[in-house]
Amino acid sequence: MRSETQNLNHLKQGDCTVNLTVNGEQKILQVQPWVSLLDGLRDHLNLTGTKKGCDHGQCGACTIICDDKRILSCLTLAVMKNGSEITTVEGIAHGNELHPIQQAFIDHDAFQCGYCTPGQLCSAIGLIKEGKAQTREEVKELMSGNLCRCGANIGIIDAIMEVKAGGGHE
Amino acid sequence: MNNFEYKQAEDIATAINLISEQDNTKFLAGGTNLLDLWKYNLTNPSGLVDINRIHGLAEIKELSNGGVRLGANFKNADTAYHPIIENKYPLLSKAILAGASAQIRNMASNGGNLLQRTRCYYFYDPDVPCNKRNPGSGCPAKEGYNRIHAILGTSDHCIAVFPSDMCVALAALNALVNVEGAEGKRTIAFADFHRLPGDRPDLDNNLKPGELITSIDLPDKGFAQNYSYLKLRDRHSYAFALVSVATALELDGEMIKDARIALGGVAHKPWRSTEAENFLRGKSANESNFAAAADIILQDAKGYGHNDFKIALAKKAIIRNGLMALNPQSQLPGAKPSA
Amino acid sequence: MDFNKNVGQPVSRLEGKLKVTGQAKYAAEYEADNLLHGYVVSSPITKGKIININIAQAMAIPGVVDVLSHKNRTKLAWFDLQYTDMDAPPGTVFKPLADENILYNGQPIALVVAESYETARYAATQVIFEYEQETFQTDLESNIPNGRSAKKGFATALKPPPPPPTGDFLNSFEQAPVKVAATFQHGTEHHNPIELFATTTIYEGKGKLTIYDKTQGTINNQLYVANIFGLHYKDVRVLAPFVGGGFGSGLRPQYQLFLCVMAALHLKRNVRVVLERKQMFFFSHRPPVKQNLRFASDVEGNVTALGHSVFSETSNFEDYTEAIANWSHKLYPAPNTLFNHKVVPLDVYTPLDMRAPGGSTGMHAIECTMDELAHKLKIDPLELRLINYSEIDPSSNKPYTSKALRNCYLQAADKFGWSNRNPEPRSTKRGNKWVGYGMATGIWDAFQFPARVEAMITKDGRMVLNNATTDIGTGTLTVMTQIAADELGLSLEEVDFNYGDSKKPFSMFQGGSSITSSTGVAIVVAAKALRKKLLKKAAKMPDSPFKNSEDAEVFFSAGNMHLKDQPNVFVSLKNIIASNNGKPIKTTNMGKPHMLKLRKYSLATHSASFVEVEVDQDLGTVMVTRAVTAVAAGKIINPKTAAGQISGSMIWGISKALHEETFMDHNLGKYMNTNLGEYHIPVHADIGQLEVIFVEEKDELINEIGTKGVGEIGLVGMPAAISNAIFNATGKRIYKLPIHFDELMQ
Repeated sequence: MRSETQNLNHLKQGDCTVNLTVNGEQKILQVQPWVSLLDGLRDHLNLTGTKKGCDHGQCGACTIICDDKRILSCLTLAVMKNGSEITTVEGIAHGNELHPIQQAFIDHDAFQCGYCTPGQLCSAIGLIKEGKAQTREEVKELMSGNLCRCGANIGIIDAIMEVKAGGGHE
Repeated sequence: MNNFEYKQAEDIATAINLISEQDNTKFLAGGTNLLDLWKYNLTNPSGLVDINRIHGLAEIKELSNGGVRLGANFKNADTAYHPIIENKYPLLSKAILAGASAQIRNMASNGGNLLQRTRCYYFYDPDVPCNKRNPGSGCPAKEGYNRIHAILGTSDHCIAVFPSDMCVALAALNALVNVEGAEGKRTIAFADFHRLPGDRPDLDNNLKPGELITSIDLPDKGFAQNYSYLKLRDRHSYAFALVSVATALELDGEMIKDARIALGGVAHKPWRSTEAENFLRGKSANESNFAAAADIILQDAKGYGHNDFKIALAKKAIIRNGLMALNPQSQLPGAKPSA
Repeated sequence: MDFNKNVGQPVSRLEGKLKVTGQAKYAAEYEADNLLHGYVVSSPITKGKIININIAQAMAIPGVVDVLSHKNRTKLAWFDLQYTDMDAPPGTVFKPLADENILYNGQPIALVVAESYETARYAATQVIFEYEQETFQTDLESNIPNGRSAKKGFATALKPPPPPPTGDFLNSFEQAPVKVAATFQHGTEHHNPIELFATTTIYEGKGKLTIYDKTQGTINNQLYVANIFGLHYKDVRVLAPFVGGGFGSGLRPQYQLFLCVMAALHLKRNVRVVLERKQMFFFSHRPPVKQNLRFASDVEGNVTALGHSVFSETSNFEDYTEAIANWSHKLYPAPNTLFNHKVVPLDVYTPLDMRAPGGSTGMHAIECTMDELAHKLKIDPLELRLINYSEIDPSSNKPYTSKALRNCYLQAADKFGWSNRNPEPRSTKRGNKWVGYGMATGIWDAFQFPARVEAMITKDGRMVLNNATTDIGTGTLTVMTQIAADELGLSLEEVDFNYGDSKKPFSMFQGGSSITSSTGVAIVVAAKALRKKLLKKAAKMPDSPFKNSEDAEVFFSAGNMHLKDQPNVFVSLKNIIASNNGKPIKTTNMGKPHMLKLRKYSLATHSASFVEVEVDQDLGTVMVTRAVTAVAAGKIINPKTAAGQISGSMIWGISKALHEETFMDHNLGKYMNTNLGEYHIPVHADIGQLEVIFVEEKDELINEIGTKGVGEIGLVGMPAAISNAIFNATGKRIYKLPIHFDELMQ
């Protein structure tokens, strides 16, 4: 991959080697320790599906699933996650078949500009897996770490409720 | 956003050694606050010692005295949802779940939660004076926009508040903080862990340089019958408290045998008043007694203009939360006021 | 044509799959060889001069390529005119890095360019500036005496000053039996789209640039760049295929574009500049406003006098205005009116249109004042609106091209259950909460701008359309595809609408809820021309049954052209193109508003919002538990995406009423809550039940497709409806936004 060769070319003293499984593929990141996991994914692995909306843990756009948990990749250093298994928005569909939550987002018009969407999707998958939210109120509370400025909130929660009702455990 | 050296420690001793070797090196656990501060250029560590892989720090275990030990690296979310905590210390569970977001709670460590720095706007802007960030430079918050600032225990030097929810519950539960440093281990009572600003607002707590929080002990008494956490803020979730209250009651019929009331969002540390709690002991658990207790807690409260409302709000919150503690089922997701 | 086969259908967003799989690429996400990264240095002081810059320390950091500032920037166009963009208010446009002067806090003062983002970010902290500080004024309230009339300019055409006085306002108000006087205050707001402002500039060599930019106007930014940097406009291509929200912030070129392009030209390299969230508080915003209202009526509730005076913030270099005082007389036929609007220049950056600019601010004050009037009159607030309902626009005495507001009121009231409202404030309880109902009217412009569309049929029978507009999440791609498909009788899958590219034919910036009408009409015009050409070509085919056919005698369906009176006689579009040697048949046409005809009319969209709130009896916490908004906006092309626009803007209304505000410390002259943790926009937990109704409104006058736009109207009525519901719940009327819950504490 282009990004990996680029990294090797740029290999400098102080770079750390970070082994990751990203969306099922082995990836080797050669990055300085101060590179966030978010920037590592976006700039070094060219996985730009994960979004940067604030870079300070206040919007949720950078949410990914790391070792089965939804976390914020902007407040994580790439080097902290050596050996981890990561799923980004690029990895939640099965080939050409959308994950039920992706289809539900389209069906319920759960986005407009689409920029918060990858974070909302990963967060929703994390929420369903956690199994702590049963009612609509609980889903809203446990999705509140993901801001949507377009105001697609109703569609987002509707989509999650639908997938939850359909037993969408993924 | 300086560059730093990154090292991983596999055990506590190594971590402590790595920290003591070099000035301005910091422990890195969840990173949710430290990396945020670093990106705002508010902290410039020359090195970070990653303690996430230290064996045994990410555990929860029951103690022989009936209490529970929370490992410093045990995550906030894992703590809140752990059956022992949900059953025996539901107040702690509710308080944790009122803080931050699901993602951040998945990342944030219990030890790190204690070390959060204030969200004071002036502290967070490296271009303005702030006695906490730059001792002696001044405190523009006092005459500035201070809606989120403290009403209790302030000093001329600082009116910042400590932002944690978890710690408000830990204060109410009389938790103990176990720390380890180059000079050995010690245990700090929760009430003594955080500081008031006084003339050293740069110091948030009484940890000595290089000391590592290893665990937090919860005493046997969990107040699982009558408890409530109430959080008031400018939106219904994912915002810091303007005022929060942790109330834990031990009742004998209607009579209060033991009471704990801790406030968040009002001071440089979780705020408790033994005088108010003593007053409640032996009294009926009712609105007027909670109001009287609130008056005692808030007797020295002082507003700075934009935050004057917090004095009245705190009183109403203490009363409501007292009533909510009588019926813990009345608590709602997000620690909102009871319906 | 199969008009209405696709138009009017709730089609899911056509780009949906790209967005849910992470394939949609935004401005900062384009790869480029040897890309450099720029990081902006922002002024920590509010006003003064830079007296020295020391870049030695920053330059010494490995990987740093350059530090650009006013000291070493490239030569630029000097004239203001060349910096002007299509949305510039009258005045002198701000020029980044022009000189040593600092005009407002956060002003960009340098760009650090490095081989990596992290290096640039670090090096930016190592550039050392010395300043000479000057005193500044940032507080609207204490500078009200400096208010003056705004300069007039191009923008005045879209945002006219308030209409002149009518009747004798002062006497009629003085002598009226029922009157209300109130002062309203609104704080500063920032657009805060979730995508960070970013530009990636590809340096193509020989003065050519390809620019991926976060913008709502590709051509606007193309011309801006070409003018300032002295490039031929054809050598500058601005692309914005996906835009992570705009809300007005992308109507003018923002400073990251300027700095990124300058660095690319200076260094002859590919450069990307991404702003920090904090740095997005250092540009345009919705201005703080102070409004004084005086409304009076007779005892039956007929409004007799409307007085509305406005003071709004602007910068010291441009006179930004928005229509705030212009609305009440478009709705209510009072014989005596007095309106005025003054701007107060302060040491801030120039404000900029933010979703429903002026309308959302003005209508909050107007509809709260109407509510107060209703309360004084002991008339139901909805009844008061109906008593004062006007079929024409009283402010211009012109008829509306259409106005279905009455049905908005009635349908929304019915759906909401308004008849259950208890008129007595502080009289309805639900557990610990006071419950209140409130309603308000919304009104917004129905803009249409000229637009050009290239339309063609290709050899595989597909229709391809080209237009420079963006799709900032409004559903433009989907809606345009629907319109075009019906024009040529095709399925949505057979239409390609290409957009977000300044190389495509002209579109205005995407603002003012205008694009559906602007580009949509151009598509209809182009499709008509295209049908003509297709028929002409078909007529020349051997043995063509269309030899003598007129345009009106054919129709298009399922990829074929048919004779109307013999529908089984048809030719496929593919065959027509084949007869053209496989070359596409194409046309480029302009759609424009029918100015002459429309001059006789008033144009507006309308809405009615009904809201229920719960307010905690002790603590004052507020929840908008449910809201219904009915909208009359002409033809709704796609009820699904349009409903998203309305419910999204209803959430903006909740946010404006209860949450968002950028607050400034006037001792420091700087905004203090410059992050998404402290600048509160609603989270999921803040959103209750929302319902949208589109009221039937057939408008055959306004334009060829009968659309009026839905991007903003859903916001306009909500803040007042919420405020009025809070009054009904608690008996407290709060005259400022946002309303903080502690103000409702009992």
